[in-house]
Amino acid sequence: MTRSDAQALIRSLRSAYAATPKNLKIIDLYLAFSVSSALIQVIYMAMVGSFPFNSFLSGVLSCVGTAVLAVCLRIQLNKENKEFKDLAPERAFADFVLCNLVLHLVIINFLG
Amino acid sequence: MADRRGMPVYFLAIIATLSICNAVASSSVVHPVSDPHRSAAVELFTPAGRSLSLEETYEALRTFEVLGVGKAKLRSDGCLSVLEVLKSAPSSPKDLYYALKVNGLSKCTSERAVFEIAASRLKAALSDASSLLDYHYTVGGLVLIKDQSPDVDVALSDAKGTFQSIKALSQSDGRWRYGSNNPESSTYAAGVALETLAGIIKLEDSEISPSMISAVGNDIKKLFDSIEKYDDGTFYFDEKVVESLEYRGPLATSSAVVVGLSSFASVASEKIDIPGEVLLGLAKFFLAIGVPGDSKDLFYQINALACLENNRRVSVPLILSLPATVLSLTKKDQLKVRVTTVLGANSPPLKLKLRQVLKSDAADVSVIDSQELTHDSEGGFYYLDVLPDNIDVGKYKFVFQILLEDPEHKKSYATGGRIHVPIYVSGVVNVENAVIAVLDSDLGTVDTQKNLDLVKRNDISLSANHLQKLRLSFQLSTPRGLAYTPHQAFLRLKHETKVEHIFVVGNTGKQFELVLDFLRLVEKFYYLSGRYELEVAVGDSVMENSFLWPIGHIELDIPEAPEKAPRPPPVAADPYSRFEVKAEIQHIFRAPEKRPPKELSLAFLGLSFLPFIGFLGGLLSLGVNLKNFPSAPVPATFALLFQVGIGAVLGLYMLFWLKLDLFTTLKAVGLLGAFLLFVGHRILSHLAATSAKLKSA
Repeated sequence: MTRSDAQALIRSLRSAYAATPKNLKIIDLYLAFSVSSALIQVIYMAMVGSFPFNSFLSGVLSCVGTAVLAVCLRIQLNKENKEFKDLAPERAFADFVLCNLVLHLVIINFLG
Repeated sequence: MADRRGMPVYFLAIIATLSICNAVASSSVVHPVSDPHRSAAVELFTPAGRSLSLEETYEALRTFEVLGVGKAKLRSDGCLSVLEVLKSAPSSPKDLYYALKVNGLSKCTSERAVFEIAASRLKAALSDASSLLDYHYTVGGLVLIKDQSPDVDVALSDAKGTFQSIKALSQSDGRWRYGSNNPESSTYAAGVALETLAGIIKLEDSEISPSMISAVGNDIKKLFDSIEKYDDGTFYFDEKVVESLEYRGPLATSSAVVVGLSSFASVASEKIDIPGEVLLGLAKFFLAIGVPGDSKDLFYQINALACLENNRRVSVPLILSLPATVLSLTKKDQLKVRVTTVLGANSPPLKLKLRQVLKSDAADVSVIDSQELTHDSEGGFYYLDVLPDNIDVGKYKFVFQILLEDPEHKKSYATGGRIHVPIYVSGVVNVENAVIAVLDSDLGTVDTQKNLDLVKRNDISLSANHLQKLRLSFQLSTPRGLAYTPHQAFLRLKHETKVEHIFVVGNTGKQFELVLDFLRLVEKFYYLSGRYELEVAVGDSVMENSFLWPIGHIELDIPEAPEKAPRPPPVAADPYSRFEVKAEIQHIFRAPEKRPPKELSLAFLGLSFLPFIGFLGGLLSLGVNLKNFPSAPVPATFALLFQVGIGAVLGLYMLFWLKLDLFTTLKAVGLLGAFLLFVGHRILSHLAATSAKLKSA
């Protein structure tokens, strides 16, 4: 792979990505936020040690959990996904909100 | 009184025939009330720096009255408070009760008008009474007025009803409750209730039927079924539940029951059947306390003993006491025994027999035949002139029996059957023929032999090698010439390096002998040669001349220790050093974890906000807008409520982390969730409908 091939690949990916609907882009942004949050926590833990381990787990799993739920939402909202053709997007969003609330209850309980 | 005859069969008038039975009451010796009690009373009932309350004044005066101590100042101080309570306006029934009690003992006033006012107040309080203590103070007060001023009208308006209300508080186990809304039953309350019921009978005996009296008699029987006892024949009462706020302890509880029993027995028309051994056991309980250190305890003790002594309807306990339980054969001590009532008064004419003398190790064979002790009427005690010849040094149990001369008295006094008293007979044990010798091992011939005089220090010197033996022998005999095995007979060898060895000197009969075979003992001696100091110790609790004498030294020649021999244990320079204060132990609990420096944590806190800011920035760059927010009012409110609802749940989670607990949170989440579901459903279905319309359009 030469350098120009890589650049061409990136350009094509970018243009393809620009075609995705806005709501899916919002979800992707949310994913990026949540994953980077998790990463920062892991770096901190690597630096200072995992003393209140439950708190560390709580924080990381909250980010990871909400990322997973966002991925599920994205799958359900993507119009190219034939499996979820009949599912109303509002229903998917309601599921997302509900699952997030339950996840965060458990997380807060575990935070200590 | 025809209706009082023909009583229920179970309520028999048999009393204290058990006093003659052979109940074996093993006992420790108790002493009746005597001068130490009197001096303690004077000391305890004059507290420095404060005046006594009416209740305390009554307790003091009653104790002094029983003990025969006069106290004029207490009387005059008490009278001031009594007159204040009786004459001035509203006083509680409790104050009136104690004022009347003090008045009865110190005779402050006998004005009829004062008693009439008090009687009318008490009667008014009685009609309002509901708890046991209310009844106790009002009825008790009226009885006292009747005693002190007989022409005042103290008739109860409804004696039967009052009797029954008190009886209604009784429980099935003979205990009583303090009030109808108090579920705990108490033995102390039973004593108080019996006293109160006796008071009602005193005031109005015609209204109380025999069946009611016998019902109370049954309660007394059940109460005495719950009596507790020690192995030496002491009986006492205690509460079932000791954690209640009103727990007063076994002394107060037993005292209350005794006072209640004796009040009731004195007014009940039939005798109350309490076995003499129980009354004697109760008397022993009170006397075994000795002289209490607290004024209230002294009052409880003396008041209860006075009731036991003065009530002729139940049997009066007789106490056998010995001024000395250690008799010395050397001093030719006489055995002296006193028999008195609990308060120290003389007993009725009786014969005191010494039935058996049992040695502590052969407890069923008596050393002597039954004999009678002579009575010294001047000193008031019984004595045995000379101890029988069979009694040698040692520990014995003397078994006494009290025989009342008048058959009538047998019913009214409780003597306790056979009374066992532990007696120590001490004397000088003679040591004779003490010899120490070094023997050649195989043949047993004597190499050196020295005589010892074990009444003083000796200073003999011997020498031996490991092939020889050491023999110590002596004879011990009691003053009567018999063999005696003391508790301790030792020979101690102490090396120069302070290593010691102790050997027990065994015996057959009178002859005590110890043979140390050094050949076998070299290892025990840690192969230490050299000079060993010798000491002989013979001792026993009944030996008046127990001794520990150094007798000299022995030079032991022992071969060198082989390789693997045990080393002697290191001996501390000061043998008492092991009792010194030890170093303080620093407790290290789990060491706290290392925490990161504050700045680093704060830096990362800031860092963790970065992704969120990035998220917001990204949203803005995407061109996010709120165009789809519904404009019509109803959907708009639902949309707003939906957002607010989600915000509220997240806020609740914050509160949960900060201070709430899981259950409250779950409850709140349930409520908020239901609200959110409803609102969310409305707005989302509205949005779905609008988008469907758009699509179809």
